[in-house]
Amino acid sequence: MEEASSDASRSDRTGASTGGESILPSRRAEGARLLEVRKLKTHLFLKRGVVRAVDGVSFDLAAGQTLGLIGESGSGKTMTGLSLLGLPPKPAGRIVSGSIRLGGTELAGMEEEALAESVRGSRIAMISQDPMTSLNPVFTIGSQVAAPIRAHVPENRSRAAALDLAVQELDRVRVPSARARARDYPHQFSGGMRQRVVAAMAIACIAVMYAGRIVELADVDALYGDPRHPYTQGLLASVPRLGRRKRLVSIPGNPPNPLALPSGCAFHPRCPSATERCRNEAPPEVTLTAGAGDSRRVACWLEA
Amino acid sequence: MASSTRAFAMTEAALPRPLLGRLLRGAAARIRGREGGFPWLAASVLATVLACALLGPWIAPHSAGAISLAEAMTPPAWEEGGSAKFLLGTDNLGRDILSRIIAGARVSAVVALYAIVISGLIGAVLGMAAGYFGGVVDAVISRLIDVQMSVPSIPLAMLFAAVLPPGEAMVIFIIVLSYWTWYARIVRGEVLSLRERDFIALARIAGVGTSVIFIRHLAPNLLNILLVLATLQFGSVIVFEAGLSFLGLGIQPPQVSWGGMLADGRNFIEVAWWLITMPGIAIMAACLASNLLGDWLRDTFDPVRRQI
Amino acid sequence: MPLLELDDVACHFRVPGGLVRAVDGVSFVVEKGETFALVGESGCGKSTLAKTILRLHPLVRGTIRFDGEDVTGLRGADAKRYRARVQAVFQDPYSSLNPRLKVHTILAEPLRAHGTPRRQVGPKVERVLSLVGLPASSAQLYPHEFSGGQRQRIAIARALILEPDLVVLDEPISALDVSIRAQILSLLEQLQQELGLTYLLIAHDLALVEYAADLVGVMYLGEIVETGPALPLFDAPGHPYTQTLLAAVPHPDPSAPRGAADIRGEVASALTPPPGCRFHPRCPSCMAICSERAPQVAAVSPHHAVSCHLH
Repeated sequence: MEEASSDASRSDRTGASTGGESILPSRRAEGARLLEVRKLKTHLFLKRGVVRAVDGVSFDLAAGQTLGLIGESGSGKTMTGLSLLGLPPKPAGRIVSGSIRLGGTELAGMEEEALAESVRGSRIAMISQDPMTSLNPVFTIGSQVAAPIRAHVPENRSRAAALDLAVQELDRVRVPSARARARDYPHQFSGGMRQRVVAAMAIACIAVMYAGRIVELADVDALYGDPRHPYTQGLLASVPRLGRRKRLVSIPGNPPNPLALPSGCAFHPRCPSATERCRNEAPPEVTLTAGAGDSRRVACWLEA
Repeated sequence: MASSTRAFAMTEAALPRPLLGRLLRGAAARIRGREGGFPWLAASVLATVLACALLGPWIAPHSAGAISLAEAMTPPAWEEGGSAKFLLGTDNLGRDILSRIIAGARVSAVVALYAIVISGLIGAVLGMAAGYFGGVVDAVISRLIDVQMSVPSIPLAMLFAAVLPPGEAMVIFIIVLSYWTWYARIVRGEVLSLRERDFIALARIAGVGTSVIFIRHLAPNLLNILLVLATLQFGSVIVFEAGLSFLGLGIQPPQVSWGGMLADGRNFIEVAWWLITMPGIAIMAACLASNLLGDWLRDTFDPVRRQI
Repeated sequence: MPLLELDDVACHFRVPGGLVRAVDGVSFVVEKGETFALVGESGCGKSTLAKTILRLHPLVRGTIRFDGEDVTGLRGADAKRYRARVQAVFQDPYSSLNPRLKVHTILAEPLRAHGTPRRQVGPKVERVLSLVGLPASSAQLYPHEFSGGQRQRIAIARALILEPDLVVLDEPISALDVSIRAQILSLLEQLQQELGLTYLLIAHDLALVEYAADLVGVMYLGEIVETGPALPLFDAPGHPYTQTLLAAVPHPDPSAPRGAADIRGEVASALTPPPGCRFHPRCPSCMAICSERAPQVAAVSPHHAVSCHLH
């Protein structure tokens, strides 16, 4: 799944940095919920009908955390990102309900002028031209890998210590001469190398989107080690992987027509385990206690 | 996309919105019809011009050349001294302005249609050849376009007016000479991007001949853009023709043209404003209408906008 | 029995900066019924080589033999006959189909170009659609009425309608949504078995190549640096470039084992390829001779050959 890392909404780049610390954005209290998205719905009103591009998406992000949104084209990941910026494509797109709270301020429904003035660019930014990367072109590779480390681990708050850890991380994903390359800027890296850097940026959680909804949210290890949603399972089984010489299992059917989503669970026509209930009722989001991480969530009747 | 959208949104938010601007925008929206809807007003203006061109002699209240010195300089009907007989007034020789505008529409439309079809054909063929074959063919045609575009049209027209017999044919010739580059440049660019589309390469792999590739794969994908260009050019050609005739390089009396009417009326602007205003309005309306219709066509053919 | 044999094929382009040696002396053999994969980073010349085999680019040197016949200088009717036997599927199913033509017209076009009698066209279109798993009614629709995966099925149908022997697959699944890649891959496998097709697969995804190919040619800067059967080659790559490529594959699964790897620098320009072995500036095992002399091809096992001074 090489499309995996895209549109990772990097949180809080409040860049009020000072003096010699300038390459690293300053950060607020650890662990505090910075961004709370609740039941966000962004619809596109087209001539041919309404596309429910984002259809009830909820997630939290703490300061310094990275959430990876993955999904196929049209699954709603980009539209989720644009909604956070208050920029669903004009004139068809509109946030129809739900809430986006950034540090206690409600953004959904905020006036355009206020959003542009006080939020966009300064508190939420979007870097996603190249779907393979979510790297900011004006920071060095090292500082970008170090940022989440610094925010996470109190004893590594010093710049040097965090950078050391960042170099280790780069080494781990096989960036050659990691220490020297940490001082480079993203444009000095090749595409493949940039991908590896994104992988090193300690993505805390991954949210798998399908037809405008988050069908599974888990930390990276849990998602790859023990995928729970049939769509996630299907994705992992349908991609050839080096050294795994097994026959591929395809997910049958095609991605749904966004103008005519299937009833119930949107994945049910392609799901090997679909039941009558899946056809009629949309599954609730179930929080699982099993598996690593504090916020493992699946939207599937099998888990309900 | 995100950054440009953002930049745009911020600029728009930052700009003050003066009352006049809002009014103008409202008016434009009304002329264009509902936002994105078919521009009925623009289309009916153009339809009127074409109807006048086709049916001129039958619908005009008077003969365009009928001189009546006794009724010279009659103001429009709603002015003091005006007469219902001459709705838009008469000129210095007592000729009916409305009838002359109707007759002038014929010249404008005929010249515009011929000029558009011929320059469109020449431009499209040369543009397609340059874009598709590349190499020497492209180099020769592109330099030709550059040379043509660096020669200003009016002096060129004066040169030809001096050596060629005046009349519609000469005007069409001059317009074609100035306008084929428009089509050629845009078609060339379009073909350059079409050529990179895999279906062209796959047609070649399948053994499809060059002429079939031109007719089946290139031409239909260029029709939209040619139609948009032609509609936009209609207004531009009318203004160009009027300019030539105004300078005395174009349509010669006794044939009536809007540009010629402007030229004739200019001497009387202080005593009879309608002589110059009425054909001026006709030129402006035809040009504006063709631009609005062209814009609408362009938006309609743009698959991204069409969805919205 | 060999179907396609390339011998010292070179394809150069003149650009403002000089001469690009996009393909520079490539030789390999593709056996009937096999899948031969050309793999390498972008810019290595694999797509140019595919286009040369498809006769979209002229070659400056070397010969291409197809089914025992030298097809390098074919013209006119002979060239057309060769064309019918070698077809292609490209990466982007949106760009592969003319949006203004109905599927029927798209599929009938190769038949018309080769003078198939009119009454045979309809049944052939229907048959090829069912081969790729689409209903016959699809013929009356336009490309935009299909999803990406279905379009790629149509593109495959177009490649098959002339009943070719060799199909060039240039990144056939990399532009598709992840969930339908496996479908298309299985379809291609099934068609190969049913119709006895030979595939030349162009890909950058090593996992895909390992999965789908019988034989692999690894390309670097216009040259093939290593060829061999897929599984032994992936298990014991002989060329340092192949080794680094394999080690550099990003793994989605963070718990997967990681080897040590070191690709230094970036791909050199094909405008000014390095002297000697073209890989030497980036090679972790570079020796003095590597910058002086181009290596000879050495067989490490009967079908496995490497161009490297280490062998």
